Amino acid sequence: MTFVQNIGAITLDWLISVGRSGLFIVQSILHKPKSLRVATQLFIKQLYSVGVLSLVIIMVSGLFIGMVLALQGYTILVKFGSEQAVGQLLALTLLRELSPVVAALLFAGRACSALTAEIGLMKATEQLSSLEMMGVDPYRRIIAPRFLAGLVCLPILSLVFSTVGVLGGEFVAVDWLGIHGGSFWSLMQQSVYFSTDVVNGVIKAFCFAIATTWIAVYQGYECEPTSEGISRATTRTVVLGSLSILALDFILTAAMFGDF
Amino acid sequence: MKSKQLELFVGLFIVLGFASLAYLAIQVSGLGSIGKGDVYQIQARFEDIGGLTERAKVSVSGVTIGEVESIVLDKELYMALVTLNINTDMAVIPVDSAAAILTNGLLGEKYIGISIGAEEEYLKNGDEITDTQSALVLETLISQFLFESTSGDDE
Amino acid sequence: MSNYFVDIKNMSFYRGDRAIYDDISIQIPRGKITVIMGPSGTGKTTLLRLIGGQLKPDSGDIFLDGKNVPLLNRKDLYAVRKKIGMLFQSGALFTDINVFDNVAFPLREHTDFSESIIRDIVLMKLQSVGLRGAAQLMPSELSGGMARRAALARAFALDPELVMYDEPFAGQDPISMGVVVSLIKRLNQSVGMTSVLVSHDVAESLSIADYAYILSEGQVVAKGTPEEIKKSTDERVVQFLGGLPDGPVPFHFDAPDYQQHMNMYPNKKGALV
Ligand SMILES: Nc1ncnc2c1ncn2[C@@H]1O[C@H](COP(=O)(O)OP(=O)(O)O)[C@@H](O)[C@H]1O
Ligand SMILES: [Mg+2]
Repeated sequence: MTFVQNIGAITLDWLISVGRSGLFIVQSILHKPKSLRVATQLFIKQLYSVGVLSLVIIMVSGLFIGMVLALQGYTILVKFGSEQAVGQLLALTLLRELSPVVAALLFAGRACSALTAEIGLMKATEQLSSLEMMGVDPYRRIIAPRFLAGLVCLPILSLVFSTVGVLGGEFVAVDWLGIHGGSFWSLMQQSVYFSTDVVNGVIKAFCFAIATTWIAVYQGYECEPTSEGISRATTRTVVLGSLSILALDFILTAAMFGDF
Repeated sequence: MKSKQLELFVGLFIVLGFASLAYLAIQVSGLGSIGKGDVYQIQARFEDIGGLTERAKVSVSGVTIGEVESIVLDKELYMALVTLNINTDMAVIPVDSAAAILTNGLLGEKYIGISIGAEEEYLKNGDEITDTQSALVLETLISQFLFESTSGDDE
Repeated sequence: MSNYFVDIKNMSFYRGDRAIYDDISIQIPRGKITVIMGPSGTGKTTLLRLIGGQLKPDSGDIFLDGKNVPLLNRKDLYAVRKKIGMLFQSGALFTDINVFDNVAFPLREHTDFSESIIRDIVLMKLQSVGLRGAAQLMPSELSGGMARRAALARAFALDPELVMYDEPFAGQDPISMGVVVSLIKRLNQSVGMTSVLVSHDVAESLSIADYAYILSEGQVVAKGTPEEIKKSTDERVVQFLGGLPDGPVPFHFDAPDYQQHMNMYPNKKGALV
């Protein structure tokens, strides 16, 4: 086969898998739940394992990143005599970039990998098959609640990340480095706009959530049902998830904050 | 895990999300921080506002007394028309006061500083400060300086 | 209505180039126990998956209660599967819920029964497989045989019209083996379920079968009542029933000639190839 044919074949394979995964996720969420009560229960259970269990790592990371940002920002800004602006630097960096991106990367590593492994193991132990044979659609029962929980949890985690980060940054800047609290907050409030900065950050987190959770559930469902298959699928979830977060971030940033 | 306990944690998680949103809205982006109810508006026209933005602070002697509400171009005079929200407890600004666009530090934020005049009559809602001083734009300053120093040599 | 609950007509199924089934026809009579026997690796599990619509044949028809399974859309397929209970070879219990909830699962999914009725049904089913005391255990706390019995209870929790058992006897001690055998028979007689039982345990299978098939290499090599099968003089049947290693039924997976294979790497004796 020639080089061109190879490229063609790879592109075709890729397009097919994109199409498959697209149909897969659409079929999963376009289900009318059989019983709203059961669907809610399943959803809450997933909110717990996807969201609540990711909270600690998100909060600890947010705290440290906020503190580091304040420290780094201070050492640079103090040279220009505008160290009060550290609050503004902190808040804008967190809200626009770091919170959605870092929270999503941690989410891909903590929650999405677990989703892939869980679904993959269900497949390997024939639990998915036995659901199908019982006439229970695994799309509705297994995939949909996990995917939807991901969509809800990541924006929340990103908001929590920002909040903890700002608190950590304030601790370093105001309590430790002795920047005047009034100017710290007022400069921050002057430059941060709720409708652009906070809302855009949430939109970013939501887009990342779609990408990573989609990849996670698809990789789990389509994995080869063996130990190596599951481990490969889990790795792919983290790698593809992280890469798509970074690529999406570039596109979204250009669309939201670029002045073209 | 008991399902009640699980629901409790998930509930806390969601409340935490909303609390964060509220915190980011109120404390970080300052939504509704300077009371919208307790302000009066005055206006000022500037030749050049430099990098002044909406919600920039307005201060007297370094103390914040309000913020920039809006910046529009006055289409007749071709000047920037800036509307300021001033806290009502600061309704004691003399009518001959002057407004200047200043910079916080060398590269810091632009803000409006008001120098208090001597009249005994105070500005009321809708009044205008006529004595204004535009922002110092670094490029203009430099080119002025260069122009003056080179123009002597040429002629 | 046809006498056959499942009617497979001229069905072929390939894994890659290898024919697992080559133009095979099998009938499962309504309300009877049909046993499908064959050496492991012939595709017995595959057959059950084909009947349940998890795999699609390359050609031919599979009628399940009058509906052609390979042609059903997703929705109809899931509807038709509610008539089926299946015991998986591995049990396939849901590992995140306990035995009780596993058995209750199909009831909660497909019925509007109240929790107290569900509880009674579940305990009854567990009692019949001797695991009522294990209701609160998690699947990881069960032995292989116990897990399979719990899965058995789950498979007939809804009293489905068709139950497919994949190797129900594997891993059972003689006592529970007897229990399972009589349970399958009793279910079939009392509720009139159609049962398909896949196994390579010749004696137990034939003891409860109304009808039996022996498969080998994608073909039906014998079919009939247990008596007819036992009387068969076909040497493949004789070999399988007698458990003889030498005969026309291959014990080995397709492979090149042994002698030649071993000499492929004359310098490395016993090298894995
Ligand atoms: N997922 C698969 N991919 C490729 N071949 C398979 C797969 N599953 C089973 N097979 C092949 O199909 C044949 C039949 O398998 P199976 O139905 O499990 O046999 P049995 O249940 O009779 O022991 C085996 O020879 C196996 O090699
Ligand atoms: Mg098998």
